[in-house]
Amino acid sequence: MSAPSTGGASRDGYGSALLRLAEDPRVVVLEADLGKSTKSCLFREANPERTVSLGIAEQNMVLVAAGMSSSGKIPFASTFAIFTERGFEQVRNGVARPGLVVHLCGSHGGIHTGTDGSSAQSIEDLALYRTIPGMTVIHPCDDLSAEELTIQLLHHDRPSYTRTARNKTPRMYDEVSCKDLKIGKGSRLREGSDIAIIACGVMVSEAVKAAEVLSSKGIEATVVDMHTIKPLDTELIDDLVETCGGIVTAEDHSVIGGLGSAVAEHVSYTGGVPIRMVGVSDRFGESGEPEELMELMGITHGDIISSCESILS
Amino acid sequence: MNSGDRASKMTTSQLRELALRCRRHIVKMIHAAGAGHPGGSLSAIDMIAALYGNQLRFDVDNPNWDDRDRFIMSKGHASPAVYSILFEMGFIDEEDMMSFRKMGSVCQGHVDMKWTDGVDFSAGSLGMGLSFGLGCALAARMDSSDRNIWVMVGDGEIQEGQFWEAAMAADFHSAGRLNLIVDRNRIQNDDFVEVQMEVGDVAAKLSSFGWDVREIDGHNMEQVSEAILWSSTKTDSPTAIVAHTTKGKGVSFMEDNPSFHGKAPNDKELEMAMGELS
Repeated sequence: MSAPSTGGASRDGYGSALLRLAEDPRVVVLEADLGKSTKSCLFREANPERTVSLGIAEQNMVLVAAGMSSSGKIPFASTFAIFTERGFEQVRNGVARPGLVVHLCGSHGGIHTGTDGSSAQSIEDLALYRTIPGMTVIHPCDDLSAEELTIQLLHHDRPSYTRTARNKTPRMYDEVSCKDLKIGKGSRLREGSDIAIIACGVMVSEAVKAAEVLSSKGIEATVVDMHTIKPLDTELIDDLVETCGGIVTAEDHSVIGGLGSAVAEHVSYTGGVPIRMVGVSDRFGESGEPEELMELMGITHGDIISSCESILS
Repeated sequence: MNSGDRASKMTTSQLRELALRCRRHIVKMIHAAGAGHPGGSLSAIDMIAALYGNQLRFDVDNPNWDDRDRFIMSKGHASPAVYSILFEMGFIDEEDMMSFRKMGSVCQGHVDMKWTDGVDFSAGSLGMGLSFGLGCALAARMDSSDRNIWVMVGDGEIQEGQFWEAAMAADFHSAGRLNLIVDRNRIQNDDFVEVQMEVGDVAAKLSSFGWDVREIDGHNMEQVSEAILWSSTKTDSPTAIVAHTTKGKGVSFMEDNPSFHGKAPNDKELEMAMGELS
């Protein structure tokens, strides 16, 4: 792994991937007015004949995508994470239930979205889509990994939901290391046997930062970028349970139903180690800069550090 | 069978006989299941018989043929109407049909493309079918295919906002191969549509959304056939047939009776119905 560098937002990676995917004539892109924000506009500019604009009407977009999938297309439909939720039952009944391969992307996920305020900050999307049978749920941490994982969706035979983030975060990968990523397999960014930090999205760089501080205190942490929330890499978690003294999860999402819940559900079957979840407690966000909000919500690298220390004490 | 290669089309009288046989299947399978939706199946069946009898291009031996016409039954609770015609066309056998709603049956409570050959859409949640049909129509155009997409909705169903999202989008995208049939039987689950929330002049509403619309008597086979032909040949804009129908048509005690929206006939009612449908 290369040292983290200033990169792009994961939504930029999604947009770049769509452009590359255009080589496959089956790929179509659906928009609900927010293409400039989700970055599907890059595909639109290059391939207007394969881009379908559906206006501010997410329920319709989801089922139009389903119809196109049933007719041999590979649809990528996107809007803000929060607005995909308006079509949740459509995803459940119209896409996943018949097993149609539609790839839904929700950008601007989490409180990291910032000043738009709580109406735009989805903190429940991962939980929602995780409950749907057969659905793959992905939340990449930077632009390069978002691009790689989106490219892999071309050959993914299940419907999926990918959450991307609005703002830039430090790159966890470079052009070479991102090629090792695989949907459904967590990525180890750092090795340590005292404790394991499992993070997703914008919290991955916070986890790395936390691990560096912990190291200076003599605590060595494994850091995992769990970019795929479902199917969860249970093999990797089992290994962490064997080798580490505890697990801290970190996500820009409600602690109810997201990555932390998924990890805890699995460990509840196997048993073994204490778990602490760093995430948004059962509350809504508000307007503010991302850093301010992360502080307010208790989802900074400092919160990860104190959770690790609380387990080890 | 590729129905597109049929040597001769069915006559109006043959279509009526086909619809009558389907009515018998509908009542029998709902009776056998002890549950189901006879009212909306019986109101829709004349249009469905005319579509499958003369219009739709399909291949029973290759139900997933890419270039088949699509029939999207958005009012998925009227599944017995679909299963009756699929049986008549040879997609499913009698045992399948009569196992309606039983565990493991290919004939699920609501039509489901994952379970039944010949079913193009997984319905059950109202208001979604027109959007799905629009997706099929847009994909067909991208593929330069002349396959037609038929969508049937109920009138209570169009209370769903998504239906109007799709209606607006179909006009915007000039989805000329998209053909809508509204089964205007005036009754929904709880009561008459005018009591629950009247949908008003559906034809005028669709016209104002840019659709070409015709209104017909949905039980008059000449009018049904003519309207289907008109709709199939008009390919520059989406078309809608607003079919005025009678819920429970053909069985006197079910006709215009909200209680038979979703209730199975008992043994005695089955006997009476079979007597009337002969």
